[in-house]
Amino acid sequence: MSLGVVMIVHEALHRATQLARHWSDHGCPVVLHVDQRVDRDTYDRFVDSLADRDNVLFCDRHRCEWGTWSLVAASQTASELMLDRFPDVQHVLLASGSCLPLRPVAELTTYLRDRPSTDFIESVTTEDVPWAIGGLNTERFTLRFPFSWKRHRRLFDGYVRLQRRVGYKRRIPLGISPHLGSQWWCLTRHTLAAILNDPRRAVNDAYFRRVWIPDESYYQTLSRQHSKKIESRSLTLSKFDYQGKPHVFYDDHLQLLRRSDCFVARKIWPHADRLYDSFLSDAPSLSAGAEPNPGEIDRIFAKAVDRRTKGRPGLLMQSRFPHQRWGNRVTAEPYVVLQGFSEMFRGFEPWLASFGKVRVHGHLFAPDGAHFAGGGGEYFGALSSSAALRDYDGTAFLNNLIWNTRGERQCFQFGPADTQDITWDIARDANARIHIISGAWAVPLFLSEGRFADMRRTAARLQKTESAFLKVLLSDHCRARVKIQTLSDFVLNPIEPLQDVLDQLAARDRPKLSAPPEMVHLGGFGEFLQNLKNQGMHLHLAGDFPTDYAPEPAQPARTTPYLVTK
Amino acid sequence: MGALTSYRLRLKRKRHLIRAFRKRHELSAVKNRTTQIAPADILVFTTLRNELVRLPYFLKYYRDLGVNHFLIVDNGSDDGSREYLAQQDDVSLWATGASYKRAKFGVDWLNWLQRKYGHDHWCLTVDTDEFFVYPFCDTRPLRALTDWLDASEIRSFGAMLMDMYPEGQIGAEPYQAGQNPLEITRWFDSGNYTIRKNSQFRNLWIQGGVRARVFFDDNPERAPALNKIPLVRWRRSYAYVSSTHTLLPRGLNLVYDESGGEKASGCLLHTKFLDTFEAKSKEELQRRQHYANSHEYRAYNTRMADDPVLWCEWSEEYINWRQLEVLGLMSKGNWA
Repeated sequence: MSLGVVMIVHEALHRATQLARHWSDHGCPVVLHVDQRVDRDTYDRFVDSLADRDNVLFCDRHRCEWGTWSLVAASQTASELMLDRFPDVQHVLLASGSCLPLRPVAELTTYLRDRPSTDFIESVTTEDVPWAIGGLNTERFTLRFPFSWKRHRRLFDGYVRLQRRVGYKRRIPLGISPHLGSQWWCLTRHTLAAILNDPRRAVNDAYFRRVWIPDESYYQTLSRQHSKKIESRSLTLSKFDYQGKPHVFYDDHLQLLRRSDCFVARKIWPHADRLYDSFLSDAPSLSAGAEPNPGEIDRIFAKAVDRRTKGRPGLLMQSRFPHQRWGNRVTAEPYVVLQGFSEMFRGFEPWLASFGKVRVHGHLFAPDGAHFAGGGGEYFGALSSSAALRDYDGTAFLNNLIWNTRGERQCFQFGPADTQDITWDIARDANARIHIISGAWAVPLFLSEGRFADMRRTAARLQKTESAFLKVLLSDHCRARVKIQTLSDFVLNPIEPLQDVLDQLAARDRPKLSAPPEMVHLGGFGEFLQNLKNQGMHLHLAGDFPTDYAPEPAQPARTTPYLVTK
Repeated sequence: MGALTSYRLRLKRKRHLIRAFRKRHELSAVKNRTTQIAPADILVFTTLRNELVRLPYFLKYYRDLGVNHFLIVDNGSDDGSREYLAQQDDVSLWATGASYKRAKFGVDWLNWLQRKYGHDHWCLTVDTDEFFVYPFCDTRPLRALTDWLDASEIRSFGAMLMDMYPEGQIGAEPYQAGQNPLEITRWFDSGNYTIRKNSQFRNLWIQGGVRARVFFDDNPERAPALNKIPLVRWRRSYAYVSSTHTLLPRGLNLVYDESGGEKASGCLLHTKFLDTFEAKSKEELQRRQHYANSHEYRAYNTRMADDPVLWCEWSEEYINWRQLEVLGLMSKGNWA
């Protein structure tokens, strides 16, 4: 007999009975501390349920409250009884009523027998702990905490603030260097007895009585004074979430717990029948003698905390709705917005779509509805092309599109003839890559055969709209990557901007462009602009278009690809 | 929040509680088995009318989740629903012939029952065509969730209403009593929802899904609200304000995170579009007992004339809650 179990219980007593019987069956004496708040009847029934065991004892009861000295007092009383009544016990394990042994008790006792003078207690200095609740680290040891954190949070916080303001600090007794760690330990008889029989125990207890959450620091600090060898980790697997409350294990964690090779785990949900049944069934563990390896469990819980605190970027949903002002309202992935390109080239969208894994949409914000790639009435996520539904919340429309198509680069055409509701959203969105050929909207106007007066009016309206958009893009709030050039600059050198677009769309392949696709015929466009100007409408966004611009005559349809393979 | 707004909302909440108190006379107990309710029991609250065919599966589904007791208001059924429910050992049944509309679409009645029997219980308020799905619901009973919520000091749990529909025409596949309706209405829209925040009650107002896509594509602002908070650790002073969309005190409506994280949430799979739908919507239109002059049912009826197929190429077929979580419709939050 080498291991004794001190068990502190306050609820789910039927599970505690089961656990105590398990330990006791395997030759480990158990001392139980039952919370004083458990009523007399329940307590008596609990005692009766274990009356047939002579190696299960009950110690005097304390009224326990989270974060207070009472928990240390409970473990002290129980430990004293354990050391006193079971002289063969060499290691004492502190456990709760929801700590479940995951490996056969024999493996644990062997493990401890092989390490007779090692204390397994997580004990680190305050500087090294990231998991302080309420922002208190060192201050746990230097302030006073007369108010309950759970019941009187405001008083608690207020009193802490007051002490900080007046610069109050408690004196830490001589010889104590504060350490923190998990409250679930496994100490040797030597160390535990030394702590409990310390001549300075009265001083220590008086000091720790006023420390906050002393069950995480009392043994952790004092064992540093008495231990021959500290292994600073707990044998009990216990994970905490970001609020400092323990993660709970359920039936579906069975395999995960099996593979972890930990000796004891908490907290187990009291109704997790499968866990209790399988781990208390004496089945031999798969890997006898293995060291505990909770890596996978760590990862799962770290991910859970991450999801709760950071969430999935770009997701707007019923339980994640980031405030606009706090700046993390972005789309899920980068996307490309093109303004003016499809006006300049024939068959531009299919041409662009031929460059790998990219969806090239038409004008998603066209007044007659969203022109999705493929031209359907719906798209990924059953997003509707209806203009009314889209314009009801344009931001949500774009956000949904990018979220629904995660893993696939999206590109869409935009222009001054489209609904402009989303201009601020895309400008503020660091995921947006916006390429603009300013004034290019005049090209289809020039190619259309309408009345000149109508054209002039339309041109004035579109120029105003585009100017407004450009102003948004040039504002200080713009976080998108923006490239703007005038129509005039573009016709002189179309390859470079197209290459930029391609590089962003197909970042992995980086196809090299040797020639642009077929541009629309712009002969006479200079005169068209001059005519507009003569009518008092200066199309300044197009830049200084050469009046005598004469493009090469349109070539017959090419069959060679535009790619040069290296 | 100004003290004035706060006070106004307090008055509003009191008014709702008084309404509920006055409307209690409209309810007559058919079978009151509430003495069976044990202190930690999980309760389901429902109002219904003529839902006999749905009831067997509805009760089974929630019993399997671990619900202990059902408190049901029957609003004038004549199809045998009442007799059927009265025979169930875990159902307490009240009947009323009064106006559904004037009882705030049943809210007043349920507020009263919740106040009287729901205090300090986890209360789940659902319709007979709504199936509650939460993280890990295939491996953990509802009590695991409520225990976790208790430990996390969370009082209310959001679950968005998700409209499910069949692949073919509505009603093409007949529904049999006891059958899982999700065998027929297996499809849903996964990514066309819009959200805005209601500044008065601080809840999110969610619209979209198939009903917006098909029935309200010309009038999206009238599309039905999909945000719901069906699971609440009830206190006597709480009140639902409009259906289960909004609660008072309004702190209960904060089931979402605004700093970028995800809170845990679930979904209510809404299996409205069974073969019972057409007859039901005709009847409801005649009774004129629904929200905003039953405009929702009017929209259905105009469209139902041309036998619409709700399914589209991008519809998603329901598999399990994990799929909904990956799609971003619900979240595990920090429950693992």
